[in-house]
Amino acid sequence: MTPRSEEHLVEVRDLTVEFDREGDPVRAVDGLSLRLGEGRALALVGESGSGKSTVAGALLGLHRGTGARVTGSVRVGGIDVAAAGPGELRRLRGGVAAMVFQDPLSALDPYYAVGDQIAEVHRIHAGGSRRDARARAVEVLDRVGIPDAARRSRSRPHEFSGGMRQRALLAMALACEPRLIVADEPTTALDVTVQAQILDLLHELRRETGTALLLVTHDVGVAAESVDEVLVMRGGREVERGPVARVLGAPSEPYTRRLLGAVPRLDGPLRPAAPAPKGEPLLEAVDLRREFGRGKRTVTAVDGVSLTVHAGETLGVVGESGSGKTTLGRMLVRLLDPTGGRLRYGGTEIGTLSERELRPHRRELQMVFQDPVSSLNPRRSVGESIADPLRAAGQRDETRIRARVRELLDRVGLEPDRYTAYPHEFSGGQRQRVGIARALAAGPRVVVCDEPVSALDVTTQAQVTALLADLQAELGLGLVFIAHDLAVVRQVSDRVAVMHGGRIVEQGTVEEVYGAPQDPYTRRLLAAVPSLDPVLAAERRGRRQELAVA
Amino acid sequence: MTRYVLKRLAGAALVLLALSVLVYALFYLAPGDPARLACGERCNPQQVAQVREQLGLNESVLAQYLHFLQGVFAGRDYSTGTAVVHCDAPCLGLSYQSDREVTRLVLERLPATASLALGALVVWLVVGVGTGLLSALRRGGPTERILTVLTLAGTGTPVFILGLLLLMVVCAHLQWLPFPSYVPLGEDPEQWAWNMLLPWLTLGFFESAKYARLTRSSTLETLAEDHIRTFRAYGVGERAVVTRHALRGAVPPVIAISAVDLGSMFGGAVLTESLFGIPGLGKTLIDGVREIDLPVVVGVVMVMGVAVVLAGVVADLLYAAADRRVVLT
Repeated sequence: MTPRSEEHLVEVRDLTVEFDREGDPVRAVDGLSLRLGEGRALALVGESGSGKSTVAGALLGLHRGTGARVTGSVRVGGIDVAAAGPGELRRLRGGVAAMVFQDPLSALDPYYAVGDQIAEVHRIHAGGSRRDARARAVEVLDRVGIPDAARRSRSRPHEFSGGMRQRALLAMALACEPRLIVADEPTTALDVTVQAQILDLLHELRRETGTALLLVTHDVGVAAESVDEVLVMRGGREVERGPVARVLGAPSEPYTRRLLGAVPRLDGPLRPAAPAPKGEPLLEAVDLRREFGRGKRTVTAVDGVSLTVHAGETLGVVGESGSGKTTLGRMLVRLLDPTGGRLRYGGTEIGTLSERELRPHRRELQMVFQDPVSSLNPRRSVGESIADPLRAAGQRDETRIRARVRELLDRVGLEPDRYTAYPHEFSGGQRQRVGIARALAAGPRVVVCDEPVSALDVTTQAQVTALLADLQAELGLGLVFIAHDLAVVRQVSDRVAVMHGGRIVEQGTVEEVYGAPQDPYTRRLLAAVPSLDPVLAAERRGRRQELAVA
Repeated sequence: MTRYVLKRLAGAALVLLALSVLVYALFYLAPGDPARLACGERCNPQQVAQVREQLGLNESVLAQYLHFLQGVFAGRDYSTGTAVVHCDAPCLGLSYQSDREVTRLVLERLPATASLALGALVVWLVVGVGTGLLSALRRGGPTERILTVLTLAGTGTPVFILGLLLLMVVCAHLQWLPFPSYVPLGEDPEQWAWNMLLPWLTLGFFESAKYARLTRSSTLETLAEDHIRTFRAYGVGERAVVTRHALRGAVPPVIAISAVDLGSMFGGAVLTESLFGIPGLGKTLIDGVREIDLPVVVGVVMVMGVAVVLAGVVADLLYAAADRRVVLT
């Protein structure tokens, strides 16, 4: 790496990108300038729609030929991206700057072996024989920590876990020894522990190779862990930029402060402690089990879980993907039938009731789903979706249904007049509000929220969790809040249950579980949560390494 | 996987059994007297009755059906009035009209149908997939528009119109080829190919339209997927992106549907066969129906059934081989 004083590795001047959306020009990036030196790391932080990914794409000239209008100048490694010929552009892409995409959206070709895909990319830039390229692929896969890389390089992407696929994408970037890695939300869909592993790996690789990093993320915590500088974006423009410690520690712009304030933190304020639950629990699960499949292929998703939910209390359930938390949530409202154990609701055993006998209880057990996009019927107006549970509960009077739906829309902070609007006319946060209104429509006593905010931006997330807390206090609901995000769960819950491999490994009040975790798995989870303080982040990285060794 | 194939084959046997029952039932529900037809117009009632007895039509329908099954699994004897003929298993019966063994008849006609179907397959894979790929790559341009019009015209033109047009233009007007008449492959491969050329093109073009649309849409779908963006972002050239990555995603559905189409074509592409006078299964079936020749109809339908069911299994296996994410259970 030869640092060149006269030109930065990345120089973006006055970049503007416009897309046509159904005839209307949309300005995704609006006069943005930035510089990044060799070996340095910069994070573009912003909410969805802030234009951060568009900037990342512009560095590689990915908007060329897509009909987007790009003005201003982008120079990467001395190449003028707008003017570069096809050969130069190919050298830029992968050779100078390599992009690491977010994997779960399947960034690898499902039809080819992972190693072959890396080799293909490597050969374009380094030339050489197929055999050499294949050897290089195995080498980089090994470097990113794929066990038994030579053998696994012949696997197809679907045979890899999410974390391994993200590693493979990182390996692809490494294969060509680029001077810049552009990482677009590289850890967004991963579990916290896997996210921490990937970020640590990225950190280590950069220390080894001196590669510069442009990190695009909506997660301020991820940025704090990984970069030197932060650029906060909003509406395609720069809001604030500076060294990571300064921007996150002492933000000067109100928007940055708002953004940071909305980030759930492990050391943030707790909700006022609810009075200790007394009397009969509203919902009680004893040794609840659920198996899928038969014979040798039986998978036990929930393996003997016992818990209680009282009226007016929030029970947080945290765990990583595959821990069985969603299966548990669905059983609690009997969307899934338990294969073992007992489930009591208000003194009645409901785990074994037939669908017919369950009928009268259905309206009192409701669920809010994770994906506000796919959990609403796109062909029905939101008012009709909210009215569904009312109709299912036997309400026939149209005027009363309408009045109730309008009241609900108003209660969750939406315009009552939007009864006839369709889901696509709403933003993600608004759609989740619709989902909440639908859950509340029939007057439930227990609401299970399955990852209700994980698809939302931090500021929206904060609004939705606040809404849930308000509604709970007002209606005295028993709330089960399922999430993979430990900080969010901490913020909204009275008691917390930590799930791992279908079991609850630890259960207690928020103070107990977060303050003095007993189970090693809980400790690992907590250590993996990104911190907003870069100094603390470095410290935790050290602690993670210790835990990994131990 | 072996388990899967066995399971599917067991299912196939059941399907074939059900199919034979259905054909028997339909046949007896339909009007007409096979004995009178077999005997000829000058027969007196006694002669007709004699023929009826000979053909076993006086037995109950159930007994006739059971005899048929017996023939398939164990073979059976037929009396022709003067002699007893043994028909080895799998015996599909004797034709009412010609007294010939249906099994032999079907096997005789199969090569013609197979040549037609396989040749057409090659045509539609080349023309259809090629056209589809080209229009996916040139989307929005004039090439695509012209191809779209052609494909639509192809889908909308009945196969006999297409065939007639080809005959008129190529054979009558331009006189590039003689009017085709079927020559078996074993007899003279070159003549076989020349004579099959027009039937292949007719059936192949007709099917191509469907494959062009299928290939186009599945290529476009793959091109919009995220992994394509990955390779573009790594400097992989557009041609490699399309031929290596996009086409790879477009191929599995084409393979699967081709196998099924090929299977159903073994039952005879009736119109094409009639038009070009190809002595295939389709023509045999039509003749059988017209002459109320139950054993022939059942025989051809059984062969069709076997072909379709086998094609289904082959399609699944090929799909699983092409897309490793598919697990057959």
